[in-house]
Amino acid sequence: MPKPTYLSDPSSTSGERPRMKSTIVVPGNQCVKITRACTIMRPAAELYQFWRHLENLPRVIKHPATITRVSEVESRWTVSAPPGDREVSWTSLIINDEPDRLIAWRSTEDAEIPNAGSVRFEIAPGNQGTEVTVSLEYNPPGGKLGAWLAKLSGEEAGQQVADALRRFKALMETDEIPTTEGQPVGEPQKSKRAKS
Amino acid sequence: MKAVCWMGKKKMEVQTVDDPTILNPKDCIVKITSTAICGSDLHLYDGYVPTMEKGDILGHEFMGEVVAVGPSVRKLKVGDRVVVPFTISCGGCFHCSRGQWSCCDNTNPNAGLSEVLNGASGAALYGYSHMMGGYAGGQAQYARVPFADVGPIKVESDLPDDKVLFLSDIFPTGYMAAENCGIEPGHTTVAVWGCGPVGQFAIRSAFLLGAPKVIAIDSVPERLRMAEEGGAVIINSDNEDVHDRLMALTGGRGPDAAIDAVGMEAHGSAYDHVKQTLKLEQDRPFVLRQAMRAVRKGGVLSIPGVYSGFIDKVPFGAVFAKGVTLKMGQTHMQRYLQPLLDLIRDGKIDPSFVITHRFPLTKAPDAYEIFCKKQDGCIKVVLDPSN
Repeated sequence: MPKPTYLSDPSSTSGERPRMKSTIVVPGNQCVKITRACTIMRPAAELYQFWRHLENLPRVIKHPATITRVSEVESRWTVSAPPGDREVSWTSLIINDEPDRLIAWRSTEDAEIPNAGSVRFEIAPGNQGTEVTVSLEYNPPGGKLGAWLAKLSGEEAGQQVADALRRFKALMETDEIPTTEGQPVGEPQKSKRAKS
Repeated sequence: MKAVCWMGKKKMEVQTVDDPTILNPKDCIVKITSTAICGSDLHLYDGYVPTMEKGDILGHEFMGEVVAVGPSVRKLKVGDRVVVPFTISCGGCFHCSRGQWSCCDNTNPNAGLSEVLNGASGAALYGYSHMMGGYAGGQAQYARVPFADVGPIKVESDLPDDKVLFLSDIFPTGYMAAENCGIEPGHTTVAVWGCGPVGQFAIRSAFLLGAPKVIAIDSVPERLRMAEEGGAVIINSDNEDVHDRLMALTGGRGPDAAIDAVGMEAHGSAYDHVKQTLKLEQDRPFVLRQAMRAVRKGGVLSIPGVYSGFIDKVPFGAVFAKGVTLKMGQTHMQRYLQPLLDLIRDGKIDPSFVITHRFPLTKAPDAYEIFCKKQDGCIKVVLDPSN
């Protein structure tokens, strides 16, 4: 079987790696597509290394998620998903891995929420850091209506990707993620926080 | 500890809250010895800044003594006396490395909120709404200071708090406003709208940078008096036609540079007041319009006054037709801390001139009211957080 290159680097013109149609992973007319990018003032290799060790990712994903490494290319993901914050799990397969440049993945066929994605690392103009672009496609529960409802409930995936990228950037550039959690606060927030 | 909490429009409360702790490895904790109320705190007090929540701790002008440092802090030590700039900058991002400290990418945990409104988020601020980071402020007995090696400046001399406290915001802010005017020593006439504390420092900074003439515009007599003491020619906007007077004072050409040190709560336009009250407009840009019309062709309009959203009826054609340069934004504090501390130490300026009122921290609600109503000649309030 040829090596699939879903969402491979568009600059790659290699004929040896035929493109796999994305419809294999996510039924085309129902999927939600998200692309978010940011520039990080660190070398691509360092950023790739962080991302390739998938167990690092929960540090930057604000939404509770557990990622367990199954093999070199397989990982098991569990996140809470709307509606109702129920737990959703799937197995993710790395289908394209170009060190320091690109990682692409997709869910295995049995996934309840079929999804696929990639992260690209490109040297920014003038060698001023690395442009990191994350693309995600997923088939939300309830199709586009489900995605719309999720947006209304503030759980919109695009925002989550943007937040995760921002936290990734902060961690890479400053070795910490900005937070105010645990700082002093007055009433009525103090009591509210104590309850939750 | 005691802290000043925002409890809604025109409602401040001093509450007992938990002491701050180190949350990130580059944090430090400062025991506050002096703190102040800023004119921009009045935008919060008056309820014009979105994403405030009841119980938020205010204050972004403070100084004190370092009492704890996180494991990754290298320069600061427990016992150091520091002034803390009001912006929080990481020191490691694209903007910090270019000296655009207030555009820092990495310090606002709620950057997504700012992105929705402004397209991008700048540096987080202390005590200035959740959109701006949601950090607890310094009108309190202690404060947590992130990126301790990047923000606070050590003050090792025996200069009293009163002389160095305003390095935290208003002196650098007034100074950057003047610097943005591109003053040519001996040549550039600067007009300053608003003689509140930032305006006062803009006036004095313009002179320090070599402006031969500074014109100060306000309607509050004691503020005009203070501006006059600083060497400015004054225009009382209640009694005089500001535009005509400015033209008369500049040979019909208009000031070379204009500074809007008023911002979004300008007085003088009933139109904007009604629209702002009805939430049809976030800011009242009365001064901005006047400055745009008055500044000379090819001149500079420098805006340290805070604007937060959308403004109406801005004569953009005027600034286009005249080829005016607009300069604005939050102050890039780290550029100015050391040079301005040197000016203070060398006796070139004593920033304490601006202080008119002192209160214990516990009287902060009264202080806000007096400052907001400009009662009793109030121009600048310093709060004492010691018990």
